Amino acid sequence: MRTPLSKVRGLGAAHSGTGHFWLQRLTAVANVPLVIAFLIVVVSLVGRGHAAVIGKLANPLVAVIILAALISILTHMRIGMQVIIEDYVHSEGRKVIAVMANTLFTFAIGLVAVYALLKINFGL
Amino acid sequence: MAETKIQRPLSPHLSIYRLTPTMVMSIVHRITGAALYFGTLLLAWWLLAVAGPAGQFELANAFFASWLGRLILFGYTWALLHHMLGGIRHFIWDTGAGYEAHERQFLAIATLVGSVTLTVAVWLFAYFLKG
Repeated sequence: MRTPLSKVRGLGAAHSGTGHFWLQRLTAVANVPLVIAFLIVVVSLVGRGHAAVIGKLANPLVAVIILAALISILTHMRIGMQVIIEDYVHSEGRKVIAVMANTLFTFAIGLVAVYALLKINFGL
Repeated sequence: MAETKIQRPLSPHLSIYRLTPTMVMSIVHRITGAALYFGTLLLAWWLLAVAGPAGQFELANAFFASWLGRLILFGYTWALLHHMLGGIRHFIWDTGAGYEAHERQFLAIATLVGSVTLTVAVWLFAYFLKG
């Protein structure tokens, strides 16, 4: 039996639905403790010199928290910006380009941040 | 399948409604989200500066310590905390609670008051730590 649902499935602006919603909430839940932890690290480094900052960021626990925060934050912001794009960019071509640019921006930020963190921890 | 342009009806947009706290907080949640998105550029720059030679670190530090840098970081802190509290408001709604008119109103005001209070507290604490 074919129900009318199959005719409309995937026809929304995003061509997908609950998976996106779920990932947004999952990363939002993870972001709360991770961002608070990161904020504490940053506040504790206000006014400190280069050596002290390197020392703190090379602490294994701090480094792992920042890595986890980066993964969760970047995933959250990529799909969040995608929703904004889908809301305001109506031309299909421009929308595809904007969504691509969004993904590339997120990956670029992630690569630079992770590279810097690895260098601080292993490469100085 | 034939490519036909479907003329879907559009709902009335923002300009037609009277501003309410819930509506403003919804808009601000999206704006802070977008601002935080671009704020990650500063985060990546800072990490790169820490990983780089002393000169680069000093340059980044000098920028963040300047009045413009502090203003941006203060706004960054507020956007972060406001978006976080806005997210927690959404968690409450996800459980099916908080939909009554007075509850929505309370949550909207609490988000704003909470974010401003927490931002000031974080900065006072940072200045206290720095001495």
